[in-house]
Amino acid sequence: MARKILRINMTDLSATYEDIPEKWAKWGGRGLTSAIIFDEVEPTCHPLGPNNKLVIAPGWVSGTPAAPSSGRTSFGAKSPLTGTIKESNSGGLSSQKIGKLGIAAIILEGQPKDGKWYSIFIDKDGVKFEDASDLLGKGMEEVDKVMWERYPHKPAVIGIGPVGERKLTNAGISVNDPENNPGRYAGRGGLGAVMGARGVKAIVVDDKGGPGVHIANPELFKQGRRKLTKAIQAHDLTKKNGGLNAYGTDVLMNIINEAGGLPTRNFSSGQFEGAAKISGEMIAEMVEKRKAGQTGHACHPGCIIQCSNVYPGPDGQIIASPVEYETAMALGSNCGIDDLDFVAQMTKYCNDLGMDTIEAGNTIAVAMEGGLLEFGDKEGALALFEEIAKGTPLGRILGQGVEATAKAFGLYRVPTVKGQSMPAYEPRAIKGIGVTYATSTMGADHTSGYTIAPEIAGVGGKVDPMSIEGKAELSLTFQAATAFIDSTGYCLFIAFPILDIPEGWEGMAESVAGVMGMDITGADVVPMGKEILRMERLFNERAGFTKEDDRLPEFMRTEPLPPHNTVWDVPDEVLDEVYAWVHE
Amino acid sequence: MEVDVRVFATLRRYMPEQGIGEALRLDVQDGATLGRICDQLGIPRQEIKIVMQNGLQVDFDTPAEPDARIAYIPAVGGG
Repeated sequence: MARKILRINMTDLSATYEDIPEKWAKWGGRGLTSAIIFDEVEPTCHPLGPNNKLVIAPGWVSGTPAAPSSGRTSFGAKSPLTGTIKESNSGGLSSQKIGKLGIAAIILEGQPKDGKWYSIFIDKDGVKFEDASDLLGKGMEEVDKVMWERYPHKPAVIGIGPVGERKLTNAGISVNDPENNPGRYAGRGGLGAVMGARGVKAIVVDDKGGPGVHIANPELFKQGRRKLTKAIQAHDLTKKNGGLNAYGTDVLMNIINEAGGLPTRNFSSGQFEGAAKISGEMIAEMVEKRKAGQTGHACHPGCIIQCSNVYPGPDGQIIASPVEYETAMALGSNCGIDDLDFVAQMTKYCNDLGMDTIEAGNTIAVAMEGGLLEFGDKEGALALFEEIAKGTPLGRILGQGVEATAKAFGLYRVPTVKGQSMPAYEPRAIKGIGVTYATSTMGADHTSGYTIAPEIAGVGGKVDPMSIEGKAELSLTFQAATAFIDSTGYCLFIAFPILDIPEGWEGMAESVAGVMGMDITGADVVPMGKEILRMERLFNERAGFTKEDDRLPEFMRTEPLPPHNTVWDVPDEVLDEVYAWVHE
Repeated sequence: MEVDVRVFATLRRYMPEQGIGEALRLDVQDGATLGRICDQLGIPRQEIKIVMQNGLQVDFDTPAEPDARIAYIPAVGGG
């Protein structure tokens, strides 16, 4: 059965299944969300107004049998945080279930005329709208629980917490994990506020009895997924008991600290004396010592990397899942906090209230610099999450993220690009990732062009992090390959093995070609990624962005970053090279 | 001369006495290379993906500097 577009209109509470038009037919995941936003959303619209849309798309291979680590869902819209196009993607249960219902994308549009809130239930028989007034004000822990009690078959629950209901710009979209916990987030860019502005508290997806994903060439698909699986299982980073499986993404804490690139105390230093205490090694030690929780946790069924974790408190009770490197940076080193139990408690607040942990932690750091509390004040930081939970005026400011909070406190050191705060790599110490932050179609985003692989990890080659040479091309190549991988439904972490193992790269492309019946090989990955980037870049241009927006904040050009005491010195001309091809 | 050596993640099993992120103060021959030092510690070179001295990436042939902060790092990544 051919894939369908499910269009849900909240103005008249209608749902229609449409044939996928030719112009979108080849896309999945991010390629599809960006193509739909590009075609259907006015670039100058207000992100919270009637003309924005939220598009939800599983990747090409999501929901197919035995494609490894392929449960990523893309969420797209015009971002209320950045004003740019946005694709934010998440693990959890949603991708495979939407795919198995034969749905290529869900387009959520319009706004209820009566101002009411709804939940939406989707299964093989269609779409039901339900009154969600009983769920208003509830955190995602309770929403997930209620939905699993209300519906059989352990459905996917896509939802927003109170921060999304209030339409604040740090609102993320939660997806439940296989144990029905709310830790999987399309966190970045405030897309939870876009969902809230459609009057939708939750979307529940039950795939039971669905048609499944049509595979055009099963033999080619099987050949591809086997090559990819083999590469993942062979690579030191992604194999069983390898770096990611044993320690999670927070394996990077000590390493980036060692390299002098760990954002610390609102991006004023690249090294944190307490890094070891909030590292992946410490997470593993706590799990072992407290005889509770888990490392090597899977965020979606069929993941063979299993980099997630479940973090236990001193009493053996679970505090939160997962504690990621990004989280430990934003809520830890960047706030001067060296206590994992507190990092986990703040993560729990983020997961329940519906916020991106990166933006939330960096916002607390800005409040610390603004004098609201001291760096390292963990009790004080936790108390700020209560303000956000209650929706006090201060809590609402903090819920808007770094840029709004920095303005409220009159700060100059504001580590954002296009309104989105920087993730866990200091661009003054690692230049390529700075090129990605500056030029990405998404604002400051590490996942959109992860040059850390060759700059720090020695994956996909080896380049000097401090050097400027070749960084425009490096960033563009990573941005393009990422746009493709974000379209597959595979986790971006497959990039590590397939950058080093060519058969894995081929296998990824063959598995996609097998499902879609497309005539593509590994050589098409970067060119197809560039097609996606072109749509995103043109959308941003039409929204009013120019190359002058592709810059890092001024303070990074003048304040040397310890311990290497380097400044951001990549010339503007280098940054302008990255997207020069769009109009060629 | 003396140097501080740190190992991380899966390499910690070669320096089990050291806590997480804790340095081992090591007496080495003047001008010993970083490859020589990891050999001395019994850390197999094939398990080392990155060698750092004072926060900069170097290689096994680089001579250690007095009081250097040396780190041996296996395959890592994340995001």
